Amino acid sequence: MKEFMKGIYALGVNSIWIVIVISFFIGAVIVLQIALNIDSPLLPRFTVGMVSREIILLEFSSTIMCLILSGKVGSNVASEIGSMRITEQIDALDIMGVNSANYLILPKIVSFVAFMPVLVIFSMFMGLIGGYIICMVLGTPSVETYVYGIQAFFRESFIWYSILKSMLFGFIIASVAAYFGYTAKGGALDVGKASTDSVVINSILILVTDLVFTQLAMG
Amino acid sequence: MIQIKHLRKEFDGEVVLNNIDATFQKGVVNMIIGKSGSGKTILLKCLVGLIPPTSGEIWYDGKNFTRMKSRDIHRLRRDIGMLFQGAALFDSRTVLENVMFPLDMFSRKNKRERRKRAEFCLERVNLLYAANLLPSEISGGMKKRVAIARAIALNPKYLFCDEPNSGLDPKTAQLIDELIYDITNDFEMTTIVVSHDMNSVINIGDKVIFINEGIKEWEGSKSEVMGAENEKLNDFVFASDLFKKIKEAEDIIAEDEKG
Repeated sequence: MKEFMKGIYALGVNSIWIVIVISFFIGAVIVLQIALNIDSPLLPRFTVGMVSREIILLEFSSTIMCLILSGKVGSNVASEIGSMRITEQIDALDIMGVNSANYLILPKIVSFVAFMPVLVIFSMFMGLIGGYIICMVLGTPSVETYVYGIQAFFRESFIWYSILKSMLFGFIIASVAAYFGYTAKGGALDVGKASTDSVVINSILILVTDLVFTQLAMG
Repeated sequence: MIQIKHLRKEFDGEVVLNNIDATFQKGVVNMIIGKSGSGKTILLKCLVGLIPPTSGEIWYDGKNFTRMKSRDIHRLRRDIGMLFQGAALFDSRTVLENVMFPLDMFSRKNKRERRKRAEFCLERVNLLYAANLLPSEISGGMKKRVAIARAIALNPKYLFCDEPNSGLDPKTAQLIDELIYDITNDFEMTTIVVSHDMNSVINIGDKVIFINEGIKEWEGSKSEVMGAENEKLNDFVFASDLFKKIKEAEDIIAEDEKG
């Protein structure tokens, strides 16, 4: 339970600010870019809100946020477990008769899978708020048009799709990072390498999984 | 009692332990000595099951450890305490939490009793005052003492110590040696200490095994170490100027007594 709470703390409390800040600014930039580039009399202005919503809900908040979190939290997990390995703390657990993999890795996987959707929902909300603020500042499209746009043709299933995807990514981030940390050998340099490798592999796996999952769920 | 029979360990075809036979008695400090890279730590890790031997057998009080199922190994390990070279304390836990950890995992006592037991173990190593400090806030010698307290928390039958004195000043090293010796006698444990420190051997080594390049070269008691007629052991023991001079003094006294 303590390890589970530690995982929640590392992923949730320690990452919430980065999620809020990044999501807010990226949400604002997405709306700004779309507002500036979709400037056609054939397209209604609420399209800006609608398209921004789809981008934020479907890809940014789940996939891109998870890519960022794999760098922040995944590397942290890999280096934490890697340090435990090279300082013989994992051996100490084994000697005591504790199943070290079960004790160290499982709570992290469970906490990541459980808490990643919370962060993703936060990210969606902050992304849309960022867009709202940019509309308030620039006035194009108007706030009313933007709000209408983010509600237009809304499909609830997109939220569930995003949440499911983030749970899958949470599983990938925790298990890949834990694997690289757990199998680290040598000294401090090797822990750094394990941490970097975990981020690289996590990023590739998240992108490939995103492609496959999108095709399966939406195709 | 722990017995090793024809133990052999190879890494990628390179033999690091060759046909080791030994018996480690209960209630005495058994020391495995040898140069760095001689295979002592590998032997210790084979003994506790962290590294599987290539061939041979390890017996714990009549039970064949090398053929045990993993569930039985986990159960046996609750009777094992180990002091690692770097202490291996859990960084994020306080000294008291470190000592309480094995109790929290396996003891059926309530929290108050577990805490009491952990405090008793810390008292035993004279570190009760440091109970609320983190491992990063205490010295190397104190870490080793905390690791000893953690190792004895579950009242183990077997205690393994990997270079307990490495990186410590002579005074602290002696303190750790005495602690290991006293604990072994008080709790009637089968203790195995891996070391290359001859002071430790003279201080606490009830039984000594000398390993050289993966082969058991010599076996005897601490009183026999200085007078052993084994060239490789003598090279190891008298590499230290202090021991060389003690030997010379002993020889002079012996000659005087003859004359």
